[in-house]
Amino acid sequence: MKEDILLEVKNLKTHFITSKGTAKAVDGLDFVLKKGETLGIVGESGCGKSITSLSILRLIPSPPGKIVDGQILLHGKDLVEMSDQEIRKIRGNQISMIFQEPMTSLNPVIPVGEQIAEALRLHQKLSRKQAWEKAVEMIRLVGIPAPEKRAKQEPYQLSGGMRQRVMIAMALACTPEVLIADEPTTALDVTIQAQILELMKDLQRKIGMGIIFITHDLGVVAEMCDKVAVMYAGQIVEYQTTANLFKTPLHPYTQGLIGSLPKLYEDQEELQIIEGTVPSPYDYPTGCRFADRCPFVQDLCRNQQPEIIHVEDSQQVRCWKYTDQWKEELVKEEVIL
Amino acid sequence: MNTLLSSKKPILKVSNLKQYFIVKREALFQPKQVVKAVDGISFDLYPGETLSIVGESGCGKSTTGRSILHLDEPTEGEILYKDVSLTEMSKKELRNIRGDIQVIFQDPFASLNPRRTIRQMLDEAMAIQKVLPPKQREARMLELMQNVGLRPEYLERYPHEFSGGQRQRIGIARALAVNPKVIICDEAVSALDVSIQAQILNLLKRLQNDFDLTFLFISHDLSIVKHISDRVMVMYLGKIVEISDKASLFKNPLHPYTKALLSAIPVIDQTIKRERILLKGDVPSPLNPPTGCRFHTRCPFATDLCRDEEPLLRELESGHLVACHFAEKLSAI
Ligand SMILES: Nc1ncnc2c1ncn2[C@@H]1O[C@H](COP(=O)(O)OP(=O)(O)OP(=O)(O)O)[C@@H](O)[C@H]1O
Ligand SMILES: Nc1ncnc2c1ncn2[C@@H]1O[C@H](COP(=O)(O)OP(=O)(O)OP(=O)(O)O)[C@@H](O)[C@H]1O
Ligand code: SF4
Ligand code: SF4
Ligand SMILES: [Mg+2]
Ligand SMILES: [Mg+2]
Repeated sequence: MKEDILLEVKNLKTHFITSKGTAKAVDGLDFVLKKGETLGIVGESGCGKSITSLSILRLIPSPPGKIVDGQILLHGKDLVEMSDQEIRKIRGNQISMIFQEPMTSLNPVIPVGEQIAEALRLHQKLSRKQAWEKAVEMIRLVGIPAPEKRAKQEPYQLSGGMRQRVMIAMALACTPEVLIADEPTTALDVTIQAQILELMKDLQRKIGMGIIFITHDLGVVAEMCDKVAVMYAGQIVEYQTTANLFKTPLHPYTQGLIGSLPKLYEDQEELQIIEGTVPSPYDYPTGCRFADRCPFVQDLCRNQQPEIIHVEDSQQVRCWKYTDQWKEELVKEEVIL
Repeated sequence: MNTLLSSKKPILKVSNLKQYFIVKREALFQPKQVVKAVDGISFDLYPGETLSIVGESGCGKSTTGRSILHLDEPTEGEILYKDVSLTEMSKKELRNIRGDIQVIFQDPFASLNPRRTIRQMLDEAMAIQKVLPPKQREARMLELMQNVGLRPEYLERYPHEFSGGQRQRIGIARALAVNPKVIICDEAVSALDVSIQAQILNLLKRLQNDFDLTFLFISHDLSIVKHISDRVMVMYLGKIVEISDKASLFKNPLHPYTKALLSAIPVIDQTIKRERILLKGDVPSPLNPPTGCRFHTRCPFATDLCRDEEPLLRELESGHLVACHFAEKLSAI
């Protein structure tokens, strides 16, 4: 259903053009976010998750960063083409974001309640007093005790997890249509994490908010997300419903990722890892970007980049293994051997 | 106590540590308010062990770490490093042990100098602590970068050019650069994806085996805590409520708060049915902690005794300490 689509990202490319070369941080991304849906984004550190979200909000530091190609459609309107003034109206109102590192986006010398109230007054017609009361209420909702007192404190007086929750309160205060949450619960203990996730789901049910949920915590993905996009080196390598992803991960990277989880119910001396490192975004190989670390690699993989293909209706993967050429490649190998 | 540990002397001894913060008063004539961030905790850290601290946000984990680094002067209590009190050390002695005790922070962005390249940062750390002559530092830097899974050419870049997880690893490399004896890891791997997390955890374990490193590991991720720790300490509102060797804690948690904590771990396999103990009631504020047992406002087993009298931390089983009036009875459940 076309009308249910909130956000559609098409062939997004965000690059950093520096004196040391061009870093292709995000390199051809496609996905859709529907009303009331939660899309998880997971992937190796540095694969472009945060840059994707910053691109959507047009917060890429420029120069050196630039959206060099693609479209970001919110209700069909392209955010990439919008004027600074137009995008400012959308930011924090229709789309809001919880940032990965709270201190990058909180003002260190202003009491946190005032910062939330300020954001509220920017987008909603509220008096000073109303905005303050709503700010305190939001701080209460994210589970911080004594909210009236905490609202008057400055960020350094709060614990790490409280700062993170202040960010969450700020992002949710304006009841956005799209919430981008970048590692929103990394600093929270499990009980509070459960409470925050519940708060987000609740708001989602009430207003049909679409959520892009970036996290490395696969347990949280399993609980929160309807679909998951797995990113590797600036691209999506796998796109599936959450239930399917954990049952039948297709891409060798995803398989490695799931394999390296510490097992809660077993004792392990060493954790399993994916050998090797990600290629540099300044210098990607010609073929598959995972080739150097992949246990299944063939010549074909090194020579040509795989396209993203549909395996089943709802399963997409970027890997030669799932193509017809793969069988031919294996036959060729055997002939040579 | 586990025999291996009790035969060693602690490298760090924390006794009755209190760390209070004064909060601005609401109005001129109101009394000053105090946050009792850490309120009288005692524990030992043994060389070569990993002791984890877990507990709700705001319960005083980072504050405990900061006190050990002597970043804040403790309100009360004492911290002994190799039998010498930190409070009595001269500035110079303190500077020397700064190299011995390193920290990896929760929010890496706030702790990296934006105007230094990674090379300058690592080089400076090694120079200050005099760990290696200048000629040998280059090789060491390359090794460190490899250890934390960063490409060697990234040495020439500035912190803002990295992703959150990459910055976290720079913090880890900087801490390792000076050959510390004790590392305080404050949510050190929380921002990392699982495969890199696994790589760093394996590295920490390897370093521990090779150099007898000691870790104070602050984390809310209980599957990681279970993997990395020898012992685990559970804090609630500035107090220790349970401390034990890992196996005993995970198999047989004694404190009601610990039980609730363990039951809330998110799992991937949504088909595993677990009884989740949801805690009722608001988290109390450390500005005004409850009387008696601080957990009584949320504890399903609370009685009048709990409201009136504070339970002391006591050894219920060998090496397994708990602060709850009814721990014996509850352990049977
Ligand atoms: N200002 C910049 N200049 C140059 N490169 C940059 C800049 N900002 C980010 N990058 C690069 O872009 C890539 C993608 O970064 P991004 O922050 O999106 O990663 P991420 O997937 O969010 O990782 P993490 O899980 O570690 O947060 C990284 O390789 C990073 O080094
Ligand atoms: N400089 C300060 N001034 C005032 N209060 C402070 C200061 N530093 C910490 N606090 C308070 O002390 C308490 C404990 O904070 P701490 O940072 O130790 O918590 P934590 O256990 O590390 O939590 P988290 O898991 O959220 O990081 C909190 O209530 C916090 O607000
Ligand atoms: S395309 Fe080849 S190298 Fe790349 S993931 Fe698939 S099998 Fe591995
Ligand atoms: S002392 Fe009482 S209130 Fe505290 S944990 Fe034990 S039973 Fe619960
Ligand atoms: Mg990121
Ligand atoms: Mg903390």
